[in-house]
Amino acid sequence: MSILQIKDLTFSYHKDNVLEDINLNVEEKDFIAIIGPNGGGKSTLLKLILGINDIQNGSINISESIGYVPQNTNINTSFPIKVIEVVVMGHINEKRPLFGYSKNEISCAMDALKQVGMEDYANHRIGSLSGGQRQRIMIARALCAHPKILLLDEPTSSIDVEGQKQIYDLLKELNKSITIIVVSHDISVILGFASKVAHINKTLTFHDTHLSKEFNTQDEHFCEVELLQMLNKKSIKNCEC
Amino acid sequence: MLDILQYEFIQNAILAGILVSIAAGIIGSLIVVNRMVFLAGGMAHTAYGGIGLAVFFGFPIFLGASLFTIAAALIISAITLKQKNNIDTIIGLIWAVGMAIGIILIDLTPGYNVDLMSYLFGSILAVSSNDILYISILLTIIIATVTLFYREILAVSYDSEYAALSGVNVKLFYTLILVLSALTVVIAIKVVGLILVIALLTIPIYIGQKISNSLAQMMILSGILSSIFTLIGLYISYSYDITSGASIILTSAVALLLYLVIEKSIKKLNEK
Repeated sequence: MSILQIKDLTFSYHKDNVLEDINLNVEEKDFIAIIGPNGGGKSTLLKLILGINDIQNGSINISESIGYVPQNTNINTSFPIKVIEVVVMGHINEKRPLFGYSKNEISCAMDALKQVGMEDYANHRIGSLSGGQRQRIMIARALCAHPKILLLDEPTSSIDVEGQKQIYDLLKELNKSITIIVVSHDISVILGFASKVAHINKTLTFHDTHLSKEFNTQDEHFCEVELLQMLNKKSIKNCEC
Repeated sequence: MLDILQYEFIQNAILAGILVSIAAGIIGSLIVVNRMVFLAGGMAHTAYGGIGLAVFFGFPIFLGASLFTIAAALIISAITLKQKNNIDTIIGLIWAVGMAIGIILIDLTPGYNVDLMSYLFGSILAVSSNDILYISILLTIIIATVTLFYREILAVSYDSEYAALSGVNVKLFYTLILVLSALTVVIAIKVVGLILVIALLTIPIYIGQKISNSLAQMMILSGILSSIFTLIGLYISYSYDITSGASIILTSAVALLLYLVIEKSIKKLNEK
């Protein structure tokens, strides 16, 4: 069943199209990696999905709630705020008590922290954590609203290798119950984690990592998947970009 | 030392000093974590336009300065939310134009009667009971607003993009923070003067931020620190007959220096 459907999406900030004829179907419990070069339109697509940018042509149908993990987790590290206070922000403002947070919201936030294995850090100051730990807190914040889809923007940028692996292991675990969409130019996502890879450079090319097709490199044009194959890291076949 | 406490003007000064310090602790924390220090500086100086307006038309000075500064806060908010690129220039403009309006209006007022210096450097020893009342009302508004909307204010200050996505009205709360800052700046002018307001809104807060784990804690600790510095500064000012505002700020600065030295020594000890 498709829970996120993008049809014939075209978007431009000024004259030139940033995105052209994007079609994408996300099904339940997919683990999709959206890769592509800087300036290729990844962030724009993300903003369209989240509703930050308005859709101009085409359509995006989302049938489930989305949890969002933004890219920059290193901003504001000097901000005096406890981990639990960050996580509890993930609650969507429907009903709120007159002062502060309800017990329900706090216990829900603690559950989210347990899910990412950070419950012992609830009362730590966010700035005292490492980049990888902070990223897990941001994931917990998104989980707080019990989303069916988790959308992550460059979750492993500025995190050390060990931290990156932990993040992806965590995402794989979460993937058992929710759909994961990761926007990244980090190729390691594809290795062993993503079930599908969408390559965006104005247009979108879809790679199903389970299928294997012949690939042929067209004159001087590589996409990351092909690059990996050239490096013989893992035999991912199927690229038509 | 205790015999000076029997004078009413000293009692008023102490009370005003503490009330303004509490407001400065709360709002200074918001200004610092939102990186609005320059904005607050602009509002403090533009407040002089309101003082000039009040003098010229003969209405209460606190009221004139408050309305004028709130208007400046709304303009700054509207511009910041629309185009962030030119914000420096716009604040610089508001900073200087407000002040210029104030100076000209006071020039034009027949039978000149306002001491410009008392607004530039504060006049805490000339605080009246009416001033105390006005400061108390504003402080009540500030505490009530921040308590009621703490979670929204925290969300907007920490991560405004995410706050917007989770349904918080970022523009409204950003504007609210600016308006509260404007009001705080106005009451702080009485204590340390408009030139030194920025120091009161940053020095105790800097220490508060370092030793706090949460924004609420930072507000409370900054308020306490600020009160202590204000009282010590006031005492020094009275003892040596020097300008109170400057004395309060220098006291805070010396305390900050001491704090930094102690912090560094502790770090070195821990390394060993």
